[in-house]
Amino acid sequence: MLIIKNLRASIEGNEILKGINLEVKAGEVHAIMGPNGSGKSTLSAILAGRDLYQVTAGEVTFEGENLLDLPPEVRARKGIFLGFQYPVEIPGVSMVNFMRTAVNEVRKFRNLPDLSSSDFLKMMREKKALVEIDSGLTSRSVNEGFSGGEKKRNEIFQMAMLEPKLAILDETDSGLDIDALKTVAYGVNRLKTPQNAIIVITHYQRLLDYIVPDVIHVLYQGRIVKTGGKELAFELEEKGYDWIKEPNREIENE
Amino acid sequence: MTEDRNKILHEVTQGEYKYGFVTDIEQDIIKKGLNEEVIRMISAKKKEPQWMLEFRLKAYLYWTTLKMPEWAHLKIPEIDYQDIIYYAAPKQQAKLNSLDEVDPELLKTFDKLGIPLDEQKHLTGVAVDAVMDSISVKTTFKETLAELGIIFCSFSEAILEHPDLVKQYMGSVVPYRDNYFAALNSAVFSDGSFVYIPKGVKCPMELSTYFRINAANTGQFERTLIIADEGAYVSYLEGCTAPMRDENQLHAAIVEIIVQADAEVKYSTVQNWYPGDKNGRGGIYNFVTKRGLCAGENSKISWTQVETGSAITWKYPSCILRGDNSSGEFYSVAVTNNHQQADTGTKMIHLGKNTKSTIVSKGISAGLSQNSYRGLVHVAKNADQARNFSQCDSLLLGDRCGAHTFPYIKVNNNSAIVEHEATTSRIGEDQIFYCNQRGIDTETAIGLIVNGYTKEVLNKLPMEFAVEAQKLLQISLEGSVG
Repeated sequence: MLIIKNLRASIEGNEILKGINLEVKAGEVHAIMGPNGSGKSTLSAILAGRDLYQVTAGEVTFEGENLLDLPPEVRARKGIFLGFQYPVEIPGVSMVNFMRTAVNEVRKFRNLPDLSSSDFLKMMREKKALVEIDSGLTSRSVNEGFSGGEKKRNEIFQMAMLEPKLAILDETDSGLDIDALKTVAYGVNRLKTPQNAIIVITHYQRLLDYIVPDVIHVLYQGRIVKTGGKELAFELEEKGYDWIKEPNREIENE
Repeated sequence: MTEDRNKILHEVTQGEYKYGFVTDIEQDIIKKGLNEEVIRMISAKKKEPQWMLEFRLKAYLYWTTLKMPEWAHLKIPEIDYQDIIYYAAPKQQAKLNSLDEVDPELLKTFDKLGIPLDEQKHLTGVAVDAVMDSISVKTTFKETLAELGIIFCSFSEAILEHPDLVKQYMGSVVPYRDNYFAALNSAVFSDGSFVYIPKGVKCPMELSTYFRINAANTGQFERTLIIADEGAYVSYLEGCTAPMRDENQLHAAIVEIIVQADAEVKYSTVQNWYPGDKNGRGGIYNFVTKRGLCAGENSKISWTQVETGSAITWKYPSCILRGDNSSGEFYSVAVTNNHQQADTGTKMIHLGKNTKSTIVSKGISAGLSQNSYRGLVHVAKNADQARNFSQCDSLLLGDRCGAHTFPYIKVNNNSAIVEHEATTSRIGEDQIFYCNQRGIDTETAIGLIVNGYTKEVLNKLPMEFAVEAQKLLQISLEGSVG
């Protein structure tokens, strides 16, 4: 589904990603872990199409198509979803209006007619139940005045509404208490199917207690320095990131 | 990144003005220039009584002693008042008895604008007075309204047929000495609408005037007078468009509203005069004096305006709250793009006891435009327990435009409560990206955000107008990104 080859990217002349290779297949859950500043969020932003970064080398294909040529809204319509680390507030725009616009844009792209108001509201109800989100949230403006936990749950709700093929969850666990974390993980697990794939980006191991990945990658200084099964997470939990840093000292000296 | 944004912002300018066509119709036009002779000619063409001519001449003489005001935050190129035509009218019979007598070209024009003048076709329950250049073309539903004692006709007709009402109220809220443009209008005004709602009558339909400038090199100077007698109610709508022309055209109007005890007038405007092209060439100069007087107790005036057009706008719909317990409202959305300039706001003059006013102003600036809010809240010495709440928000799209706020507050009574809130924000790239990531393109995203931002004001408009206004906002800001 997603193939990243030797991806290098920089912002204002500073190279952040220094050759990323990654392949994600349908039905898989990947976790990308790493210390702060290792390039995790940069990678997710580039996949979603944020133009703050310059891709200097490498390629990214999504279902066989060059992803980097597409504007962000087309990527979204093709089924790429980014769960934001810091969801953005849009005052005055109701969640209902926002989601209806988004859902209908995706449908238009797939040559489907707009959903009627009643079908749309029915879908909202179903998805709210599916991810167990407080129904009060959807009657407010997009993320406006939401608590940290509410914002993250709202991201999962939007993911449920848009039914992406590839969901990238950027530090969805940060700032959540254990109950909120469980709700978010529960929602994600319910949205998992053999047809879609999920990339979970996280600093901590604890989210992976609830969303069990097939593969874990450790990102450090712009490179994937280690790839393994879920046991890698426990190792990281036990030893911290320092043991990753040791054998990679030469990277730091570059 | 800035370059990118500028590039995208540049595309703002692609927003097309869809009312820019010209109607090819035989015109009755007088020569350019302004002098006593011209005023006598206008008055004669309209077969006006002597008192009206005298009013015009007094106003003209006073105007010649004045200088154009310079206090607004506007750069106004010098206007040559001798280079303007002060009267242009589509040629037609003096008085029309039925729609069949209206020139079909005219009917086509108003059809194109979405204003059907045929009552049979008109199911929306809005009575329309259509004004093209200097004269009123047709007023619909006149007879239906007359059964309730409501007078809704062109201003010229009111002068001839309801002279007592006109004499009593014209200039009582906006005297010709009020300001430069008010004096000019009083001297040369051509037509406009007149509304009188008798005691206790609630007007059963929206009344609407549609102004259209068609002729080249012409100024439009219309005058509207609305009188709501005790306990009456009316909701009045005003719309305006003009052809695309390279030269600037002057529009200087006066609107006066008088509201007696327990009566209410709602006045809504969707102003869409031609704003000029993307390089700032052409466009209407919109210099308008609008003011309402809450004369009686418990009276109420509510102004709602959506201003998207005109090269330059200078406009402050105001309320004089003279009756005790009277209230005034001002809800405004002003959009400027490209080289447009707007200096707009309101004055709330609290004279009576327990008077209330509410101001909600939403400015949106894009392109290279300048958008200013200017407002005055004045609580007079005897206005006990006056209450005002003002909210002035500015939204910027891009980094080459300007938003300015000039609130004046003058309180001479200790029991007054005056609140002012203001915010300035930008449509952030992160907001746009968030929408993009959900599959929403940038243009639609801006539409969503702008509609969200202006909702509070648009909700005040009558339903159909609100839908139109929403579309208009989207067109005005087409392609713009912050």
